Amino acid sequence: MMMMPMEAHERAPERAPQRPVSPEPLRADAPMRSGTATRESPVPATAELFGPATEEKMRVEGLNFFYGKSQALFDISLRIPTKHVTAFIGPSGCGKSTFLRTLNRMCDTVKNTRVEGSVHLDGEDIFRLDVTSLRRRVGMVFQKSNPFPKSIFDNVAYGLRVNGGLTRGQIAEHVERSLVRSALWDEVKHKLHHSAYSLSGGQQQRLCIARALAVDPEVLLLDEPCSALDPIATSKIEELLLGLADSCTIVIVTHNMQQAARVSDYTGFFLLGRMVEFDRTEKIFQNPAKKETEDYVTGRFG
Amino acid sequence: MSEAARLRRRHVVNNVMLGTTGLFTALIASLLLFILGYLLVNGARNLNIAFFTELPKPVGEPGGGMANAIIGSAKILGIATLIGVPVGFLGGVYLAEYGNRGFAFIVRYVTDLLNGVPSIVIGIFGYTLIVLRFKHFSTLAGGLALGLMMIPIAVRSTEEFLRAVPNGLREGALALGTPKWRALATVVIPAARDGIITGIMLNLARVAGETAPLLFTSFSNRYWSPGISHETASLPVMIYNYALAPSDDWHRQAWAAGFVLLILILTINVSARLILARSRFGGGR
Repeated sequence: MMMMPMEAHERAPERAPQRPVSPEPLRADAPMRSGTATRESPVPATAELFGPATEEKMRVEGLNFFYGKSQALFDISLRIPTKHVTAFIGPSGCGKSTFLRTLNRMCDTVKNTRVEGSVHLDGEDIFRLDVTSLRRRVGMVFQKSNPFPKSIFDNVAYGLRVNGGLTRGQIAEHVERSLVRSALWDEVKHKLHHSAYSLSGGQQQRLCIARALAVDPEVLLLDEPCSALDPIATSKIEELLLGLADSCTIVIVTHNMQQAARVSDYTGFFLLGRMVEFDRTEKIFQNPAKKETEDYVTGRFG
Repeated sequence: MSEAARLRRRHVVNNVMLGTTGLFTALIASLLLFILGYLLVNGARNLNIAFFTELPKPVGEPGGGMANAIIGSAKILGIATLIGVPVGFLGGVYLAEYGNRGFAFIVRYVTDLLNGVPSIVIGIFGYTLIVLRFKHFSTLAGGLALGLMMIPIAVRSTEEFLRAVPNGLREGALALGTPKWRALATVVIPAARDGIITGIMLNLARVAGETAPLLFTSFSNRYWSPGISHETASLPVMIYNYALAPSDDWHRQAWAAGFVLLILILTINVSARLILARSRFGGGR
């Protein structure tokens, strides 16, 4: 496969352009964008990278992110393939979590932040979507498991009840199906009405995955979901992710390189707020194009 | 100074400081125990069934009770809760979850100022606002005065307990596409519920003993006070009146009233702390 970096303006895919080019308040920085347009992109074109059978689910272009005056992300452009696992690796503080949180606009909840650039979900500008409907389509699992102080059943049913429109029986069906999908059903089916806090750490994290899956998200974002878990719990979650990729687009941030190598099809390497390299996982780990990537994946720093 | 002398000096200074702090701690504790013990001895001795069931007797006649004052205090505190808690709770939710910097700063500042307003001034306020308008003292005016006094603490305790809710719970709910108000109502506030209830109960216990605002608002009454629009007896004001009266029998009844009020406040206080302890060790993280 050819891996030549291409000019940004040549990255136009064979698909019809989905985005109107009208200006929008979030990226009013025309000079910066025209300045970056001619720079070499670290991202190979979609067809080349994903193969003809795989479509892009999300597209990020020229994303800059600011906490107050300090810039955390610099000109990130990439595509996320549908129904695959995409991993982002990089040392602490490199911006990978911040990047993940822009994909479902969880970054909106932090005061005094600013986004520039565009993110599209199936061709729709996420900054123009209603934020609650965006988050129903793009679910998230956090680093620290955060079950609600409710029963196991009520945790999984939470999103369904918020959405409304389901009978009690349908909710129960969805809850069971989500717990089966998150490989937790056999462990909790006899105690669905116990407190979620009675579960172990690994079970709580799978419960959070079940809760996110219950509303049938198109994309599931996971922010270092295993960093607080032991190896057994971690391997359960990794197996689960591999299974989920058939039905759902998975994006996982991890500082565990072995995990990225084990579960992902595509890997992006972040360093100091920039996307250094994005490619097939085998390529990143076996034959990276950039010196920084090689140094990181071979453990020379970070 | 030699090394040994310096070490000796440090030991001496340490022991003197430890002794001093210990002495004052013991002083404070014994003062509290003395007041409690004195009230217990004088109050419990004068307590009888009649105190809880009978109306006050006219001056000079022995016996009688303070049934009307007990009911009056309960009614005043009930009205105070109805006024103070909703305002304080919603204000606290606003400050913790919605407040932007400028306006929230002003609200917080004004709340702290209100907390510092002397209770007698609150009494005059209730007097002007309700008593003068309706031309007589009332349970309602007393409840309003105490309710106003509850607001600042209710605001700040609600705010603090909401802030203590882990941010992960908010994010977890929002990440499911939950609107913010719904995440608050179904996840964040329930997670802080026990703390908020405790804050309200401690607040109630604090205003239960207030006397000055009631002198201007609910005043006093030797008889039953129907409804909420007439002057009413209350335990703190009864203690005030009876303790000043030139009658040993009334003095004894004042002690009994003091004891009952103390037990009431202590009960509210202890059960509030039990609720909090249960939530810390039971449900939470």
